[in-house]
Amino acid sequence: MAATPNRPLLEIDNLSTHYVSAQGTRVVRAVDDVSLRISAGETLGIVGESGSGKSTLALSILRVLPPAAQIVSGQMWFENEDLVRKTDTEMRHVRGKRIAMILQDPMASLNPLFTIGNQVGEPIRVHEGTRRAAAWRRACDLLKAVRIPSPETRVTQFPHEMSGGMRQRIVGAIGIACEPRLLIADEPTTSLDLTIQAQYLSLLRDLQREHGLALIFITHNLGIVAKMCDQLVVMYAGRVVESGPVSRIFNAPAHPYTKALLNSIPRMTDNRNRLTAIEGQPPDLSSLPRGCSFAARCPAAFDRCHKETPPEFNLEGGRTARCWLASVAMQSGAA
Amino acid sequence: MSMSSETIVLPPSVSTRSAASRLGDLPMIPIIILAVIAFMAIFADVLAPHNPEVGALTARFKPPFWQTGGTMDHILGTDQLGRDVLSRLIFGARVSMVVGFTAVIFAGVVGTVLGILAGYLGGWADQVIMRITDAWLALPALTFAIFLAAIVGPSMWNIVIILGLVYWTRYARVVRGEVLSLKEREFVRLAIVAGCSKATIMRRHILPNVVNSAIVLATLMLGVVIVTEASLSFLGVGVPPPKPAWGLMLSDGKQGLMVGYWWLTVLPGCCIMLMVLSANLLGDWLRVKLDPQLRQL
Amino acid sequence: MPVLEAAGLTKHFQARRGLFSGSRGVVRAVDDISFSIESGRTLGVVGESGCGKTTTAKLVLGLEEPTGGSIRFEGRDLQELDPAGRRHYRKSVQAVFQDPFASLSPRMRISDIIAEPLVTNETVTSGEVRRRVLELLDLVGLPERSADLFPHEFSGGQRQRIAIARALALSPKLVVLDEPVSALDVSIRAQILNLLRDLQDRLGLSYLFIAHDLAAVAHMSHTIVVMYLGKIVEVGDAQTLARAPKHPYTAALFSAALPSHPDERREEILLAGEVPSPLNPPSGCRFHPRCPQVMPVCGQQEPALAQVGDRFVACHLYDQARH
Ligand SMILES: Nc1ncnc2c1ncn2[C@@H]1O[C@H](COP(=O)(O)OP(=O)(O)OP(=O)(O)O)[C@@H](O)[C@H]1O
Ligand SMILES: Nc1ncnc2c1ncn2[C@@H]1O[C@H](COP(=O)(O)OP(=O)(O)OP(=O)(O)O)[C@@H](O)[C@H]1O
Ligand code: SF4
Ligand SMILES: [Mg+2]
Ligand SMILES: [Mg+2]
Repeated sequence: MAATPNRPLLEIDNLSTHYVSAQGTRVVRAVDDVSLRISAGETLGIVGESGSGKSTLALSILRVLPPAAQIVSGQMWFENEDLVRKTDTEMRHVRGKRIAMILQDPMASLNPLFTIGNQVGEPIRVHEGTRRAAAWRRACDLLKAVRIPSPETRVTQFPHEMSGGMRQRIVGAIGIACEPRLLIADEPTTSLDLTIQAQYLSLLRDLQREHGLALIFITHNLGIVAKMCDQLVVMYAGRVVESGPVSRIFNAPAHPYTKALLNSIPRMTDNRNRLTAIEGQPPDLSSLPRGCSFAARCPAAFDRCHKETPPEFNLEGGRTARCWLASVAMQSGAA
Repeated sequence: MSMSSETIVLPPSVSTRSAASRLGDLPMIPIIILAVIAFMAIFADVLAPHNPEVGALTARFKPPFWQTGGTMDHILGTDQLGRDVLSRLIFGARVSMVVGFTAVIFAGVVGTVLGILAGYLGGWADQVIMRITDAWLALPALTFAIFLAAIVGPSMWNIVIILGLVYWTRYARVVRGEVLSLKEREFVRLAIVAGCSKATIMRRHILPNVVNSAIVLATLMLGVVIVTEASLSFLGVGVPPPKPAWGLMLSDGKQGLMVGYWWLTVLPGCCIMLMVLSANLLGDWLRVKLDPQLRQL
Repeated sequence: MPVLEAAGLTKHFQARRGLFSGSRGVVRAVDDISFSIESGRTLGVVGESGCGKTTTAKLVLGLEEPTGGSIRFEGRDLQELDPAGRRHYRKSVQAVFQDPFASLSPRMRISDIIAEPLVTNETVTSGEVRRRVLELLDLVGLPERSADLFPHEFSGGQRQRIAIARALALSPKLVVLDEPVSALDVSIRAQILNLLRDLQDRLGLSYLFIAHDLAAVAHMSHTIVVMYLGKIVEVGDAQTLARAPKHPYTAALFSAALPSHPDERREEILLAGEVPSPLNPPSGCRFHPRCPQVMPVCGQQEPALAQVGDRFVACHLYDQARH
């Protein structure tokens, strides 16, 4: 069952996920009115600083949120089915089979007590009812696919016998075991070294091409986005402040936060010029200020920004931005 | 003359807020029980209706007032020597409190200091202290206490020292473990770079960070210590008679249990249980409260 | 004259014995490296995890005793310093570490944290201490009110400012920065990098700057040292080294650095395999099992760090160029 051509593979509309403290007094709006879409074969990057709600968004898609969190509103259409309305049993058939996920810490994602072959073969056994021996053979193939040398001996080994880079690739192998349509990678390379990271990224790109995977890449590193992604979603304080095709955003960011972020990053080729820093710090998600959440740090903020929350404006070229300035630009562009 | 142009906005001081919210969910029941016991201990001279150590042999084995034969003069009855049970319980609270707290503090200070030394200095200091601790922990606490008591002879202060000697190892263990992880933390490394001596680092950087665990452990140990004191008194090697100690009362009353003098054992038993339970509840609450990781939940 | 010179600096650790194996290995964390830090300049150190960057920093800070080699500070060998000289060295070299949440004693007030190096090393009145603390807070751009708060009331970036203020309390000559921005949010990093640069310009500080982020190192440093498995493989001027790496490892490392723009397409050198264990490094050139340009001589003979044009490289590819 493939997605209809006019409909993206995954379409999220106005999704909000909140954490509510035990006493019910503190509500953290970790994901607030987020909309995004991704088509088959595409790579979508989600960037944002720590605590901006990226992981919560990923967990919401798979509906594996911690008990304190709750999807309060919105829809998630995946291959024409609304994930929000699915029962837990139905979701179990989606997770691991049609949508898979790779997490940051490869050691925490692997069980130290089981062999690699066992763990790579597990999703195949669970979702396809394959026999153990067949699953084992498939595990060998998968390890080969993620370029692990001599997979026949590796399948019999345990996670602690592998290096960090190899473990992360094994987690990747588990992710693609059932040939999912969508792979969500939550900062999969933060624990890797530069040269190992380069290997891993090129591997992910090849896998994606071969299997026609859609890939959601969560990171706080704009460099990875520049290298890997077609589409970009920038999150700030739980909201999507800007989205659109990567090269367009890099060439002409519409939101002041994106602009500031791009300017604040040191460049290899630049000599010792001062960086343009973003002053201040991100707001507390449980007590967001009135108006635009970036207003306090925004160099271009004006009266309206402090009073009214900007909605998501649709700009040309499939871009969106949550900024009053974008509305001005849009009108002048239309005129 | 600030060189960075930005203005840095600090969050409103959170210390006041968190102090208030920290008091919000105090475990009231154990605190009230402990407060009542402490109150009795402090004002025993005023509160107790009779002298706890002298009784009238004419008035032996009087039951509590609500049973036939009981009088309002001895609300909770009298014991085999005609001493007022209520007065003995009240003065017994003093003994339990004094023995409990001093022993716990004594053990805590010794254990914490040795734990810090072992953990921070490492090397042979660690080897020596931890081998002693291991050997100590291998001895059954009660047997060891009886053995010591038999050597030094029974007296209230001897009991305190004995209990301290028996239980310091628990602190040393816990504290050393904590120090081992603290000493790898960067603020300790920076203190070395700043030129602080080992003694200064242990006092200023290590000690304040292990005090929490020591306090939690102390609260939990309070129960254990009181039970041990009671057991020692029960076995006759604890607080010497006629001083009123709850364990001693329990021991003296045990023959009477079969012939229906239940109040001689049940009442001190209840007191011990309440105090131990309160100490443990309070300790558990403190443990959760002072552990930043658990506090987040 | 350089502020600090290291010659043949070496640190070996005894590897812990396994549960059953009786063998005892030696981890060559830092193996015979030499470098110098000029006054008022920044020496950047890059390399993959476990290549000995932190160990080098610890050796400079005196947190580890070197197994071999020497460190000269302002021309004098540390080994030969008298106690007064040692104290002077201690005061002149300070540090800022990676984790702003672990660098500050959680139970001390900010004023006590910042003043600690001062009170420990000098006899000063409490009024002077207070004045100096406020001066330092101002220097790193924090309000005076911060002095009486506790670390948990600050964000990561603010804590890193406090750590910097403390490091500057004794007016040091050299500050060792071991990944000072890695643990910070992307939007905060530029603030701290700018602050460090401003302080250097104002106070004439020297930095030993360690980071994983190559662009940040290239941005901050005057000279860059590239390390691989405890050895220096290339040293040179930051800009030219970043733009035209000579050693094959440096080339692979900088090609693996992420682009700053999607249209920036670079030649990609993908290295095979992973960093070998420093417990038994490969013979000859330590990089030869992964090197795309490996030659027969590489496995047999260890290349020496020697001058090649404007910089120093340890690689057999340049054996001819030298003669
Ligand atoms: N279990 C929880 N209970 C309450 N709040 C939570 C919980 N988990 C996360 N949060 C809050 O939700 C917000 C979003 O967290 P999330 O983990 O999604 O951020 P993130 O963008 O993935 O950050 P990072 O880059 O650090 O991984 C944060 O402000 C965080 O404090
Ligand atoms: N105390 C120690 N005992 C034994 N081995 C050690 C010790 N400290 C460091 N090592 C080893 O020395 C090598 C170099 O470590 P170092 O911490 O200097 O690396 P690094 O370059 O700072 O790495 P990273 O980028 O991960 O911080 C590593 O292989 C490490 O395992
Ligand atoms: S010496 Fe040989 S193996 Fe080493 S980097 Fe140079 S070419 Fe490669
Ligand atoms: Mg996350
Ligand atoms: Mg390091």
